[in-house]
Amino acid sequence: MSIPFDYESLRVIWWLLLGVLLIGFAIMDGFDLGVAMLLPYVARTDTERRVMINAIGPVWEGNQVWLILGAGAIFAAWPPLYATAFSGFYIAMFLVLLSLIVRPVGFEFRNKFADAGWRRFWDYALFANGVVPSVVFGVAVGNLFQGVPFHIDSDLRVYYEGGGLFELLNPFGLFCGVLSAAMLATHGAVYLTLKTDGTVQARARDVVRFGAVATIVLFALAGLWLWFGIDGYAITSTIVANGPSNPTLKTVARMPHQWFANYGLHPWTAIAPIMGLAGPLLALGFTALRLPILTFIGSALGIFGIIATAGLSLFPFLMPSSTAPGVSLTVWDASSSRLTLFVMLVGTVLFLPLVIIYTAIVYRVLRGMITESILKSGHHY
Amino acid sequence: MAEFDPVSLARLQFAATALYHFLFVPLTLGLSFLLAIMESAYVMTGRQIWRDITQFWGMLFGINFAMGVATGITMEFQFGTNWAYYSHYVGDIFGAPLALEGLLAFFLESTFVGLFFFGWERLPKLGHLTVTWLVAIGSNLSALWILIANGWMQNPVGAVFNPDTMRMELTSFWDLIFNPVAQAKFVHTVGAGYVCGSVFVVAISSYYLLSGRYQAFAKRSIIVASAFGLASALCVVILGDESGYTVSENQKMKMAAIESMWETEPAPAGFNLVGIPDKANKTIDYAIKIPWVLGIIGTRSFTEVIPGINELVAHAGERIRSGLIAYDALERYKANRSDSAAKAALTEHVSDLGYALLLKRYVADPRQADAATIAKAAFDTVPGVGVLFWAFRFMVGIGFSMIALFVMVFWDASFRNFSRRWLLWLAVCAFPLPWVAIELGWIVAEYGRQPWAVDGVLPTFLAVSSTSAAQVLFSLAGFVLFYSTLLVIDIILMRKYILMGPVEALGHTLNPNAAPAPAAMPAE
Repeated sequence: MSIPFDYESLRVIWWLLLGVLLIGFAIMDGFDLGVAMLLPYVARTDTERRVMINAIGPVWEGNQVWLILGAGAIFAAWPPLYATAFSGFYIAMFLVLLSLIVRPVGFEFRNKFADAGWRRFWDYALFANGVVPSVVFGVAVGNLFQGVPFHIDSDLRVYYEGGGLFELLNPFGLFCGVLSAAMLATHGAVYLTLKTDGTVQARARDVVRFGAVATIVLFALAGLWLWFGIDGYAITSTIVANGPSNPTLKTVARMPHQWFANYGLHPWTAIAPIMGLAGPLLALGFTALRLPILTFIGSALGIFGIIATAGLSLFPFLMPSSTAPGVSLTVWDASSSRLTLFVMLVGTVLFLPLVIIYTAIVYRVLRGMITESILKSGHHY
Repeated sequence: MAEFDPVSLARLQFAATALYHFLFVPLTLGLSFLLAIMESAYVMTGRQIWRDITQFWGMLFGINFAMGVATGITMEFQFGTNWAYYSHYVGDIFGAPLALEGLLAFFLESTFVGLFFFGWERLPKLGHLTVTWLVAIGSNLSALWILIANGWMQNPVGAVFNPDTMRMELTSFWDLIFNPVAQAKFVHTVGAGYVCGSVFVVAISSYYLLSGRYQAFAKRSIIVASAFGLASALCVVILGDESGYTVSENQKMKMAAIESMWETEPAPAGFNLVGIPDKANKTIDYAIKIPWVLGIIGTRSFTEVIPGINELVAHAGERIRSGLIAYDALERYKANRSDSAAKAALTEHVSDLGYALLLKRYVADPRQADAATIAKAAFDTVPGVGVLFWAFRFMVGIGFSMIALFVMVFWDASFRNFSRRWLLWLAVCAFPLPWVAIELGWIVAEYGRQPWAVDGVLPTFLAVSSTSAAQVLFSLAGFVLFYSTLLVIDIILMRKYILMGPVEALGHTLNPNAAPAPAAMPAE
């Protein structure tokens, strides 16, 4: 079969698609995680908590597939990244898994017994379900900027130096974790202003105000920290964009301000950090104007901008190595084969639009607010 | 401590999490179709009782579905966390069906499952029925993609080793998805799921009949489930996945091991009904043999020979020697990428490269292995004969007994108006059997795949991550503890709702003669 795209283009397309899937996850499942995080604070009574849970009850399951698909796409399109990142962040991934497992069972189990202690237990379990992945994903991105201690031998087997959980929890990593949690908690609150009324909505609006400001400040500070405190990586050998996916065939150097190099080379990319700052600002304005749909769009734009900023700053790096920079994984040497990238592209182009269409239909059927009186009839958690 | 090396721990964790996951998946596969059939009956007849039937079984489906999803995420992430070298080595092929599963199947099932529960009042009848069918189709498509991935591990078609990237790469996507092993496994696995869902419904409904409750509800449920279950059980046994056991070396080895058949027999080979397999002495004691049966089932012919274990081991030895030529050529190629003689030698012997890797269990550089080590590595290709022999027989025995059960229940339901109480008791007792058979089936398939992660390509012991044993032990203990807790809660909840019964769970009485229900109000 002749493949109508060259290897370089396919790699760039799959880098973009990876971004689309991760941003899709953060926007769609991000509000589920945010709502879970806010459960003990925004809701004070059991009924208020049920309002919050039922606001995401019918949709979180589909939203979570963005994460499943994101991980699957990394496996299929970037196998070395999948192998290195998932095993390198072993304990962190384990914690994410446990907290994600809590969600379906928490939703399904919580309302099945009326006992207050039982329900309180699941409230905190669901809180952990929101916080842990949000923080861990931020911490992981924070560590990508600093490089992760791994090397690769000639069989392309990956080894880690140290690589325990506590090494990931360094100051910049944790800072990015807090930024990520603030961003998704805000997004969750934005969703609540859209789907609830009364006291839950009023408290959610307070969270949006505080959270949007926090997101802007944390994002800006992360940028300053990156500029002054963290050296970037650059490929110093000739870049072979059409070469085999073997990360051991190049040389890489660390140099100051290198994570900002792409914005100098392609000034249009600055639109990403601008969106990252403007999005939360828009959410702030629209929530004051009581325009919940526009607030949601603003918040989503902010998430888009912040994640795109991380990706564009790192480009072409996917996962730099701090101890053996030469084997850092990049877009040019950590992809799957040309055929696999092409087959997966065809699948994505055909079916992702279909997914988006039927997701939109489902949201339309489920539109309207979740109020305390609605919970009295029909099927609810 | 041999028991606490990272490889054994990673295998234990995978086995444990997979077996837990597959407590829930078959019920999802089977119940989703049963729900779709029951709701179709509701839409066609307009009788409220069918809606009640759908909603009550749907409630139990929901508890089970949550557990299936929860334990499923672990399965996908685990390849990266615990099997990093596997992910690198075959991710180019294996990753694609997993990603496509998310895109084509899991999205469908997960997006619509929320509407199944929350959409009864928001959708017109036909709209909700469509949603239910989409959930059923989505979960079954999901099984298709997962079994395409799994089938490739058993019979790695459509791929070739690339020395520049040190991994297997896809050469034909069609070969991957139309892999005969994958097709056989798909039919067998979803069929087993349908049997599981049917037994679940029949057993619980029989319990209601025995206790004299919910007659109209239980009888209708039994008729649907026993008909569906009978068709499925016939499918599972007749289209059993032994039809895929002739296509590759390892699959042949698996069949020989299941049979504990050490020497090749003239075709058609006999079937050892029972016996005591003895791997140490390479024999089977006290065997009761039925002539011809194995040859006919295994090859669908009277003339094709099924090779015995000894012959397959000898062949594995030859492939190791051929693989060593490939391994040596690969090392020379890695040192000098313009060495065309090395590349040519590699290309000629590349299909046996995986066999040379078996030697890495004993020597760091396979080229240093002596004849005794090669013989040892060749014998490593024999999986655990005793476990396979018995697991297979119990699985098949349960399969046949399920056919018998469904025939009797369906007959009794159709012509004798559920008059035989002992049969209802039998149905209640059959409740756990599908799960036992299904878990044994996975043990046959995957334990029987050893020593390979991917048949003839990558040995399991090389496929792991470089994580420490302590980390894996920590996660293994965490998963077992966590999953067991959830399983206990799951069983308590299931039991609570089963004992509660449809009337209390749905909050209204069941009236089989109620006039057709008014169409649900559309959301507008």
